[in-house]
Amino acid sequence: MSFEYAPAPESRSVVSIKPKYGHFIGGKFVTGAKHFPTINPATEEVLSHIALAGKAEVDAAVKAARQAYTSTWSKMAGKERGKYLFRIARILQERAREFAVLETLDNGKPIRESRDVDVPLAAAHFFYHAGWADKLEFAGLGTSTKPHGVAGQIIPWNFPLLMLAWKVAPALAAGNTVVLKPAESTSLTALLFAEVCQQAELPAGVVNIVTGDGSTGALIVNHPGIDKIAFTGSTEVGKLIARAVAPTHKSVTLELGGKAANIVFEDAAIDEAIEGIVNGIFFNQGHVCCAGSRLILQESVAEEVLDKLKVRMAKIRVGDPLDKNTDLGAINSKEQLLKIRELSAIGDSEGAQRWSAPCELPKKGFWFAPTIFTGVTQSHRIAREEIFGPVLSVLTFRTPQEAIDKANNTPFGLSAGIWSEKGSRILWASQQLRAGVVWANTFNKFDPTSPFGGYKESGWGREGGRHGLSAYLKGVGHE
Amino acid sequence: MSYYGLVDGSDASLKGFLKTLSGVDQVGADARAAMLATRSIKTTSKRWAIDTAISMVDLTTLEGADTPGKVQALCTKAVRPDPSDSTVPSVGAVCVYNDMVGIARQHLDLIGGGHVGVAAVSTAFPSGRASIEVKIQDTKDALDAGASEIDMVIDRGAFLSGKYIDVFNEIVLIRELCGKRAHLKVIFETGELVTYDNVRKASFLAMVAGADFIKTSTGKVAPAATPPVVLVMLEAVRDFYAMTQVRIGVKPAGGIRNTKDAIKQLVLVNETAGPEWLTPSLFRIGASALLNDLLMQRMKMDDGYYASPAYVTID
Amino acid sequence: MSNRIDVKKTYKLFINGAFPRTESGRTYEIKSAKGVFIANPCQASRKDLKDAVVAARAAQPGWNKASAYNKGQILYRLAEMLEGRRAQFVDEITSVTGVTKIKAEKEVTESVDRLVWYAGWTDKLSSLSGALNPVAGPYYNFTIPESMGVIAAIAPETPSLLGLIDSIAPIIVGGNTVIVLASTKAPLSAMSFAEVIATSDVPAGVINILTGKKDEIAPWMASHMDIDGLDISGLAPKTHGEVRVAGAENLKRIYSFKSADPGRILAFLENKTVWHPIGL
Repeated sequence: MSFEYAPAPESRSVVSIKPKYGHFIGGKFVTGAKHFPTINPATEEVLSHIALAGKAEVDAAVKAARQAYTSTWSKMAGKERGKYLFRIARILQERAREFAVLETLDNGKPIRESRDVDVPLAAAHFFYHAGWADKLEFAGLGTSTKPHGVAGQIIPWNFPLLMLAWKVAPALAAGNTVVLKPAESTSLTALLFAEVCQQAELPAGVVNIVTGDGSTGALIVNHPGIDKIAFTGSTEVGKLIARAVAPTHKSVTLELGGKAANIVFEDAAIDEAIEGIVNGIFFNQGHVCCAGSRLILQESVAEEVLDKLKVRMAKIRVGDPLDKNTDLGAINSKEQLLKIRELSAIGDSEGAQRWSAPCELPKKGFWFAPTIFTGVTQSHRIAREEIFGPVLSVLTFRTPQEAIDKANNTPFGLSAGIWSEKGSRILWASQQLRAGVVWANTFNKFDPTSPFGGYKESGWGREGGRHGLSAYLKGVGHE
Repeated sequence: MSYYGLVDGSDASLKGFLKTLSGVDQVGADARAAMLATRSIKTTSKRWAIDTAISMVDLTTLEGADTPGKVQALCTKAVRPDPSDSTVPSVGAVCVYNDMVGIARQHLDLIGGGHVGVAAVSTAFPSGRASIEVKIQDTKDALDAGASEIDMVIDRGAFLSGKYIDVFNEIVLIRELCGKRAHLKVIFETGELVTYDNVRKASFLAMVAGADFIKTSTGKVAPAATPPVVLVMLEAVRDFYAMTQVRIGVKPAGGIRNTKDAIKQLVLVNETAGPEWLTPSLFRIGASALLNDLLMQRMKMDDGYYASPAYVTID
Repeated sequence: MSNRIDVKKTYKLFINGAFPRTESGRTYEIKSAKGVFIANPCQASRKDLKDAVVAARAAQPGWNKASAYNKGQILYRLAEMLEGRRAQFVDEITSVTGVTKIKAEKEVTESVDRLVWYAGWTDKLSSLSGALNPVAGPYYNFTIPESMGVIAAIAPETPSLLGLIDSIAPIIVGGNTVIVLASTKAPLSAMSFAEVIATSDVPAGVINILTGKKDEIAPWMASHMDIDGLDISGLAPKTHGEVRVAGAENLKRIYSFKSADPGRILAFLENKTVWHPIGL
């Protein structure tokens, strides 16, 4: 007998999902007019029905946010605002298991990640920003201490609660009120967060959550009552937003796509590099804008690294996201699965060699085995376009400069990885890489104190740290 | 000796070979070990893991106060860990000082424990600070008394001062003494080597020199068999297999006190070296208190109640 | 009364350290405030812009790599050269704009002082906006400002020299290279400033100056895919919207400023965060 791990599912009993949800406006849940189903992507089970916000709901949310801003939030002392954020951080910690299970059910990500990454980091973001609320005069960076007013925030489906925290925490700390729209396929933790706001006795209207699809997002972006737009999502939609707000005075931050290079030099600590490659592309099913989706290997170690990588990939446990031993969960939606399949098929047709880890995929739900393409060059579409799935393109290089040139040969510039045991080479490469986040001998690490965001077409602005906070304060000297 | 064709026995070739080894990033190795420690092993797999772990235990007594009576009791426990349940497997071996080897061997044979090995700690265990003559005699005594496994310590002083060839030559010498009579386990005392780079280097040095097993610690120095140290050694045996097609065993010893720790070790083996290593001939756990915790957990799984130490023997 | 005939200057563009005429062959007429002909500066075309971008892109890595100390000295050198040619700039400003000599002198003085102020920033930016981030884990984590790349700028109509300095210096302080479109009505100080640049150790291509029409060049600056950022302080606010729309094609960073402050420098810097484990 071999060492098969028996199923170790996390209990669902900790969450109770309502059959139908409305919007959270002005501190109350209000009924929605139209609804659409939200499913568990691992089973295709319908979890609930989510309201689709139209003009009336978005208007109401913006009005509530404006009223809360004018009458309460902008008048409140920073130290009092901060206390609400501390409360929220604590309640998130108290209800961490509930959030983790709900996130995994709704999103398809492994419970190990929602439990160990998403939820604790979300709480940490509120805790960090809470402390800023009464220290805005020290935020510096050419910003004033004045908030924008009402912030419209549109977040993606890959880290639903965490992205909410990245948006809401700094906005509130700086004194803005918000209208937030979670992604269409992952609204449940945002709606549970609304309950947290109630438990924290956050003044009504400071946080408003409207659910819906792209049309709801467009209503927020174009709403004249909103002063600041923060968006995380695709570069394509980011450009639409940039155009839409161009004629207005809205301030904008964008966290967009990426095609990060993960460069392995021949002197790397190979076993940790393998872990970094795996974490870089298979963390969260590769649904990560900063995923290390282009592996750039020095030719002298390419074969060794690929052999070891395949052995390691064969050990990735794909399956029930609620199982505590699952490493790779479900693809978030059918639509995304089709996109991953389509781009992978293009990889095949362009002559790259596909290898997928031998694993049994569940019959129901949306799944894609961990996959690498070798023999990829800069001209392949799978080396240029964001696949946003567990698919790695492997390229090689001969000299350090060639590695950098390939890494930078993209309109994106969100993140990059370097693996080497040589200090001076790491610092050199980190200077050369045109990316907002450079992970050297590690990958996919996040922290509320650490600014995150992209160069070039990967976005505008930073999130996290002093730099992230400044996006929610008015600039000095800018028109 | 051919040393697997990897070195020619000279200082230069050994140094050259050790330089080809990639470094180990401590934070990355710690993170990987910590992630594997989150594996949740339940029900049937837990039951399998407990029995497998029992069969891998090197039941150990290494005290100044050891007596024939104490060693004989240990041997009895080794053969039949739970006198009330014959389905509990015997442990892998007993591990004793060399003057207790004869007593252990004799007693094991007497009680039908011929399948249980006797491991002798050797080469001036635990410090390794003695002349080579003493180390040779130490080993010979154990072999002559019937040891089937020799757990030698390396000269950490030589290793840390860069005299890798001295460490290497000692292992080669002891390996020759063991011949076909005994398996050779090489103890690094990883708590004194400190860095994972050193652990990886020592692992390869010992394997090339002819070790059958590489072992973390004497049990006398902390930290001992921490999960990341075992991870690094498992990666080394895996890589060595890729080079030579020879599987070298791994023995963590020291600090593995309960079932949870032991199962973490098995998970490390399973997901690092691979399932081929999940056998007592390639993985041992040096321990004493661990065995009773495994037995108590086994009882809990069988009858559903939390067990009491009163129901497991203290030998 | 001297009967000597003046030697008049032909005002050209400044691209890649050289003074070419516009490839379009077009010029436009500049008259003094009193209506007297002064010069025929070039009316730069989109192709001149294209050439300037190529030069700025090529020069950027080298300029970026220069030490902050070195960049500071070069900016200071610009101030030294400008100081030495005060009279010429005062003359050009008074003749073109018709302001009093005192006012023109004040502008030149402020321009020199402003350059000195910017020169001192080169080696202080990372203290201002860099950070060592105390992440919850065994990692060394820092954020540093880095150059954004090639930035285009549209200088305000007035003040023609000081506005030009504010359109150039904050951009290059942090390692960017720049293509600036000078004041349309008062381009003389810009072209004379090019002569200051040419004698100040500024590497070729770091600063490129065009003269011409804003509504002609601005849209091409906005839509150029190899320009990373755009300073539109010199554009009429009513046109900002369409420029921003065009700039969204490559998500150009587009800003307009009202004053000279460090925020103006930081606006065209990226922030890079680097992580590395701390271990044995």
